[in-house]
Amino acid sequence: MNDGLTTIEKTVLRDYKYGFVTNIEADEAPRGLNEDIIRFISAKKGEPEWMLEWRLKAYRHWLKMEEPKWANIHYDPIDYQDIIYYSAPKQKKAPKSLDEIDPELRRTFEKLGISLEEQKRLTGVAVDAVIDSVSIATTFKDQLAELGIIFCSMSEAIREHPELVKKYLGSVVPVTDNYFSALNSAVFSDGSFCYIPEGVRCPMELSTYFRINAENTGQFERTLIVAEKGSYVSYLEGCTAPMRDENQLHAAVVELVALDHAEIKYSTVQNWYPGDKDGVGGIYNFVTKRGICLGEHSKISWTQVETGSAITWKYPSVILKGDHSVGEFYSVAVTNNRQQADTGTKMMHIGKNTRSRIVSKGISAGYSNNSYRGLVQVNKNATNARNFSQCDSLLLGDKCGAHTFPYIEVRNKSAIVEHEATTSKIGEEQLFYCNQRGIDTETAVALIINGFAKEVMNQLPMEFAVEAQKLLAISLEGSVG
Amino acid sequence: MNTVENIKEQLNRLYSDKKESGLHAIRQNAFLQFDKLGIPGVRHEEWKYTRINALFNKEFRFPYTESNLLRNDWQSLRLPGADDAHELVFVNGIFSPELSVLRRPGDLVLLPLEEAANSEQYAKTIAANLGHSSRYAKDGINALNTAWMYGGLFVHVQEKHQTAHPVYIYHITDTRKGNVLSQPRSLVHLGRASGLKVVETFLTIGSQESFTNQVIELIVEEDAQLEYYKIQNDGLHASQVSTTHVRQTGKSFAHTVTISLNGNLVRNNLNIVMEAPHCESHLYGLYLLKGHSHIDNHTLVDNVQPHCFSNELYKGVLDEHATGVFNGKIFVRQDAQKTNAYQSNKNILLSDTATVNTKPQLEIFADDVKCSHGCTIGSIDTEAMFYLKSRGITEKNARSLLMHAFAEDVLENIKLPFIRSYVDQLISERLEFDLL
Repeated sequence: MNDGLTTIEKTVLRDYKYGFVTNIEADEAPRGLNEDIIRFISAKKGEPEWMLEWRLKAYRHWLKMEEPKWANIHYDPIDYQDIIYYSAPKQKKAPKSLDEIDPELRRTFEKLGISLEEQKRLTGVAVDAVIDSVSIATTFKDQLAELGIIFCSMSEAIREHPELVKKYLGSVVPVTDNYFSALNSAVFSDGSFCYIPEGVRCPMELSTYFRINAENTGQFERTLIVAEKGSYVSYLEGCTAPMRDENQLHAAVVELVALDHAEIKYSTVQNWYPGDKDGVGGIYNFVTKRGICLGEHSKISWTQVETGSAITWKYPSVILKGDHSVGEFYSVAVTNNRQQADTGTKMMHIGKNTRSRIVSKGISAGYSNNSYRGLVQVNKNATNARNFSQCDSLLLGDKCGAHTFPYIEVRNKSAIVEHEATTSKIGEEQLFYCNQRGIDTETAVALIINGFAKEVMNQLPMEFAVEAQKLLAISLEGSVG
Repeated sequence: MNTVENIKEQLNRLYSDKKESGLHAIRQNAFLQFDKLGIPGVRHEEWKYTRINALFNKEFRFPYTESNLLRNDWQSLRLPGADDAHELVFVNGIFSPELSVLRRPGDLVLLPLEEAANSEQYAKTIAANLGHSSRYAKDGINALNTAWMYGGLFVHVQEKHQTAHPVYIYHITDTRKGNVLSQPRSLVHLGRASGLKVVETFLTIGSQESFTNQVIELIVEEDAQLEYYKIQNDGLHASQVSTTHVRQTGKSFAHTVTISLNGNLVRNNLNIVMEAPHCESHLYGLYLLKGHSHIDNHTLVDNVQPHCFSNELYKGVLDEHATGVFNGKIFVRQDAQKTNAYQSNKNILLSDTATVNTKPQLEIFADDVKCSHGCTIGSIDTEAMFYLKSRGITEKNARSLLMHAFAEDVLENIKLPFIRSYVDQLISERLEFDLL
């Protein structure tokens, strides 16, 4: 089995498909972090005083915190003073149409296969494209505005809709929540803001592409989505990042708020640069994602396909506060080579008759480690809470690891909580069955993996389903043990 | 002086007395560990849901002082079937040869741990195995037991010998003169192709508080068979941290059942280390608690070698203010291909003030394995209740009947008839129900 590495290595040696650097002059802050840097960021973005205070409060709290060590991941200590916390592509004036956008930048998008024009015409997706730290273009904004939907960059929201931002920013993930969210609160440069008014069903998938571009720039995105009573929104987030040798830190925060009868569907395809086959380089993806079902009968659903990043530390969670609210988490996490993933979810049942469902599929190959870490908590007053969790792991090769750490805490007798997990490899019989029918082993493995992940893939919106399937194939093709 | 300080002083005294002992080095080492780690608090991942530090805020007598316990004092507390069993008695954590009875001499070799460590015949076995559990329990409480290791016992079963009688081990804490902290320690060695059945139980005499920090290490050699039962039905003023460490050094069979029915705070650590290919082990547990009792079952199955099989089933019913914690770990090392490991934890909550915290955990480094775990938390099936009630069975009886059925999956694995009927009877009393 050891010399059978070749096929895996073939995959390993495959170049990272999206590795290229866009040469755009960046407007950068000096390296390091202190109160002056935060003032610089805030001033650069023309923020009001209250926002600066908010950032400084987060920074001062961050100084008192310690980097978490509990996750099942290992990395060299991060020097937070060696990071550039702000970098904006230089632009002469705000673009009104796609034509005004820097052609260099647009070629980047084309290489990624998300030509803005095409998207605009064919897919009907409004893209808030984020390169490095500043929102470049927001399309379909006018059409959305007619319905009263606000979909803009976070900095614009701070300027134009301060009352909404003030009310909801930090309400789900408080600035003091954890080490990385505090850091994000202090230095976040931009992100997306989305507000769906009462009773509106957002007619198109909202989408944002994050992209780390300038060298040594940590990306600190901040996303806030508020769905008013009876509204619905489906939000897509996708990432690709260029090849780099130095590790890059990505500490984003995503907050979702769903009021009575509202539904938010949040889908992610994450394909940051995972580092080379020896684990050099790659993105550190330390993300805090959390939604709150504030109103009755509200629903939040997270779907993620995680194939990239050297290290993933990410637990999209739902606080089920409103009665009859529903939380869902669907995840496929693929690790290869030296990648490490510690990911999962938290479902906190507070309201009555709340339901949650967790489906997590982990696939490990190469020398990677893939952990599922989840918490299901049923509080004393959460009568008739219901949870079902399933986490399955698939191991490809004998040098990788799969780990499961589910925490289940129940304080109400009417709650029904179920958890099941399995770990296995691809069955010899399954492969044999395929081979017998003329399907070669590689295709058979892809077939089986797609079947394994299908439950989650089915949850993805059409726009993502194709890309996600490609990603799975690229990440694992050839990893036959 | 607080208890921890007191403990340290007593330990220092113990060491100055017995420098020449074969256990000195291991004790000294453990003391340094204890000194460094202290009593685990809730920030320790393995102690997240169980707070034992509060117990150490009380004054405890450290059991240097001998107890003047007589056989009559605990006659009524003996387990059923005791007349046909070897009875090994620890009083306040110290093995008592006077109170212990061997039904047939030669069936077992019994030696004080210290003597065994210095003997020519067993020194090697002791050196290789004593303290093996510390590699798995990296916390101050295990180190404390090892650091103390006073009045411990060594049990040896000869090669190819099937013991004629089961072994009942009683851990008696005599609190008639005040709170007592006792720390029994034993090492049981099953020689090649031998067989042994062990029943361990904990009893507190007197109305003061007892805290037992016990470690038993069982070494199972090739082709040996171990049956191990732990019965916990002590008073509400009795707390325990009880570590059972089974080390399978050759292809062998281990069968364990842990029954917890009463106590203040009970923490069980059950480790099964399968160091040879083709080992088989079964872990069963049942906890049935009410009042303010707290039960914490930590189990660990470490698959070091390939082709091992383990099956685990823990079931619990929690009523009133009781808290149940389950943490089941399965490790599959890189070499442990073809491992089959199953784990299941099922809980019933009968009150809104009761709590269950469960964490079934898999850590797998080999690819050709079949591992699964599952856990459920729920309440009594209302349809089953309706079915019974519509047949004229009272609500109370219907409830008890369903609870009995729930417990049966575990109870049927108690293979000693005396112990089986004893536990059945305790459970019927607990459920206030007489099936006959």
